[in-house]
Amino acid sequence: MNDGSLNLDWMAWTWPTAVFFLTIFVILAIMTLWAALAPQPPRVGILRFATTPGDRLFVSLLGAAFICLAWLAAFGPPLWGGLAVSLVYAAAVFRWV
Amino acid sequence: MDKPVNHRAWFMVMPVVILVAFSAVIPLMTVVNYSIQDTFGNNQFFWAGLEWFEQILSSERFHNALLRQFVFSFIILAIEVPLGILVALSMPKRGWTVSLCLVVMALPLLIPWNVVGTIWQIFGRVDIGLLGAALNELGIGYNYTQNWLDAWITVIVMDVWHWTSLVALLCYAGLVSIPEAHYHAARIDSASRWKVFRYIELPKMNRVLLIAILLRFMDSFMIYTEPFVVTGGGPGNSTTFFSIDLVKMAIGQFDLGPAAAFSLIYFLIILLLSWVFYTVMTNVGVELPRREKES
Repeated sequence: MNDGSLNLDWMAWTWPTAVFFLTIFVILAIMTLWAALAPQPPRVGILRFATTPGDRLFVSLLGAAFICLAWLAAFGPPLWGGLAVSLVYAAAVFRWV
Repeated sequence: MDKPVNHRAWFMVMPVVILVAFSAVIPLMTVVNYSIQDTFGNNQFFWAGLEWFEQILSSERFHNALLRQFVFSFIILAIEVPLGILVALSMPKRGWTVSLCLVVMALPLLIPWNVVGTIWQIFGRVDIGLLGAALNELGIGYNYTQNWLDAWITVIVMDVWHWTSLVALLCYAGLVSIPEAHYHAARIDSASRWKVFRYIELPKMNRVLLIAILLRFMDSFMIYTEPFVVTGGGPGNSTTFFSIDLVKMAIGQFDLGPAAAFSLIYFLIILLLSWVFYTVMTNVGVELPRREKES
């Protein structure tokens, strides 16, 4: 088993979780590039405090997690409905917060 | 405010990012991977999908632990914050008694959690503990191993004993920074003691008080060692708080999948609350001057 190569069996990777984390990393990379190419000043939205695009991404991701949990508790799998609501929520956060 | 912020300095924190990746991000990814699979050890995993999340979200055990955790944190804050302010207000402002007070107040903070637990575990024992034996001699039936209310009171009093000093010391730091001129002005206006507190002392303590509330909330929300040493989560499950329940599930029952789902939900709740506290803390001082400018 241990032939000197890196053994990552203990991390128990699956395709869905790999896609999940890759998506988040790609979003982070795109946001970083976006901030580097077209820097935006923080703005004050409906929450009445200044937020940067990074803050809005954090609020979107955290909110999406709770929306998916609520969807799971209310309707059960699959989570496509929850994902759709999360995307609408994220768009709203980026537009108004 | 129109000037964009240059974020290039963030590259200087790369070493920390790499460290955190190894100590936090990689384990967190592993927990996510575990939460959708089942395992009996030996690195063999079976696909379970969202089953564990559904199971945890609908389990009464999880709901009860969550409720217990919030009730506990709320009681802790409701006692420690006013008490800490009161202690800070009655502490001397100058003279040799200041150092004495500070040292005495700091003592409980220096004691490790498991030692605090052991102290109170013995202190409350009915046969040899000073508190437990004395109460029973007085005719008060106190037994934290059998009565859930006694167990709760013991755990709460223990936490108050351990951590009120922190709130008091933070508030004291805020209080001593108030210039004497403010009190002088209040005396000229013949302001009452309550008004001095409400309009001079409390606004000046605002920031440190928020830090105190944040620290006490987070600490009480992840409390493990002290109740575990004193009551072990009992009697029954009455003092099984969030982290105790999680450890029971993960290590006691070796239900790694459900425990991973549990810890992710726990993590999300903490993340949300930390964000709310952080946002409030960083904006509370900023908003006031802006409103004044508008008016």
